[in-house]
Order: sequence, then structure tokens, then C-alpha cells
Amino acid sequence: MPVTTIADREVHVDEEGFLTSYDEWNPDLARALAAAIGLELTDEHLAVVDFLRRDFLTKDETPTLRRVATVGGFPTKQLFVLFPKKPAKKMAYVAGLPKPKGCV
Amino acid sequence: MSVTQTTPIVPSFDDEAGGDRKLAIICSKGSLDMAYPGLVLANAALGEGVETHLFFTFWGFDLINKKTMGDLKFTMLGNVATHMPQGLGALPGMTAMATRKMKKSIAEVGVPEVPEFLEQISDSGGHLWACRMSADMNHLTEDDLYDGVEAIISASDFIEKTAGAQLLFV
Repeated sequence: MPVTTIADREVHVDEEGFLTSYDEWNPDLARALAAAIGLELTDEHLAVVDFLRRDFLTKDETPTLRRVATVGGFPTKQLFVLFPKKPAKKMAYVAGLPKPKGCV
Repeated sequence: MSVTQTTPIVPSFDDEAGGDRKLAIICSKGSLDMAYPGLVLANAALGEGVETHLFFTFWGFDLINKKTMGDLKFTMLGNVATHMPQGLGALPGMTAMATRKMKKSIAEVGVPEVPEFLEQISDSGGHLWACRMSADMNHLTEDDLYDGVEAIISASDFIEKTAGAQLLFV
């Protein structure tokens, strides 16, 4: 498993760069991860990320975009505004979680 | 074994080749089982940042017709892929039962019913177009169609709008 340095911290990632260790994440790192993909993290982003991380603990998998919208209560349109183009993957990345596996 | 990289490993979300990728999906079937492939793929494409257009034509019109969109059916008749004796499908009530069963299986994997799925596609920036010929044949206007449908357009308009797109016929 590769180790990479984000914001002066060494973290374990997969070959694409998604964090592989749940506990290596913290909100400061999220800011750096977001910056690395061209996003400036706001409280609104963090609220979404917080849902992803809580949901991951209950389901043991990253929620899909649909689940973030229906269970998390964040409107789909807004998710596309906050995490443009590829919301599901970008949210997962910033939350320090694996890419979602579900189809819908 | 660990490998330490000096340059950070960051997913390349935006700079992949084909950033202007476009997908056109023609939905021509009105049965429950044939409604989903197009919708699932459209939703997936949108989630990957692909500009996506859906064209509803012939029986595919049932997906966007307010009267039918929530009531698509699945039949075993003529469908050998169910691996059931073909005669069974012709018994009274079998289509209703098969439909209920399929709807349940779809719901169980967290996939919405057609109207809600179209809303999600629309909210994700997908473009929904209705076929002019199908509308005329069935004497339907935009008022009869799902609100997310942008317009009733001709086949040539659709071809024009989706210039350069990859095309999928369902």
C-alpha cells in the first residue's frame, strides 16, 4: 500500500490516492485533500463529508450519491455544486473513504 | 510492504482525456425491465461528469408519460431469461405478480422507481427529450409529460444536439 504525504502528513492511500485508513483522516486533512483536487472546503462541504464518514461506520461502505441525497438529506443539485462533475468520488476522496461501489 | 512517494498521489478527477465526453441514450422500450438499463447508465454517466441526453421514443414514451411512468410492467411472456416455463407467463395475474416482484427487487438495492429516478437524473444535470413523432402518434403534448422533459423534439434535432456523443440504443 503506497504512503503519500498530504499537508506534511504521511497517509496510506490506494494506487489512485484514496485514503485507505479511516483513522488517518481529520478535518484539517480534509481541507488539504480538497485543495489537492481544487476545492475550497466550506462548512457545507464538511457537513456532507461528516455524513459520509458516519454512514460508512454503519454500512461499512461509502454511500452512493443517491444515498447521500436520500438518507443524508443533501439535495442532488447542491452536491453537484459543491463537488462538481464527479460528486460521489470527490466526496469520498475528501472524506478519506474508498470510492463508492454501488451502481445508483 | 510500503512504498513512499515524494509527490503526493492525488486522483485525477478533472484532467482525464475526454473531459468533454457526451452520451446520448435512446430509450425505446416501455417495460419495467427495459426502462432501467438506460436510466442506470444515464445516472452513472452524470455522476462521472459526462454530459448526458436521453431521447424517449415509441414505447419509451411510457417512461415520461405522467399517466404511465409510475405503472410500468414486467412480463414473463416471451422472456426466456426468466428461466420459467413459458406457459406460466400467460396465466391470469402473472404479469402483475412478476411486476411486483421486480419492483421489490429494485427497491431492495436502493434504486428508485421511474419518476423519482428521472428526477434524480434531471437534478444531476441530465437532459430529457421527448420524440416528436411519438407525441404526435399518441396525441400528447408537453403537458402530458413529466415536468423534467425539456422539450418535444424531432429525431433530427436530437441528432443535432448530440453531435459527437457516444450513442446507446435501449
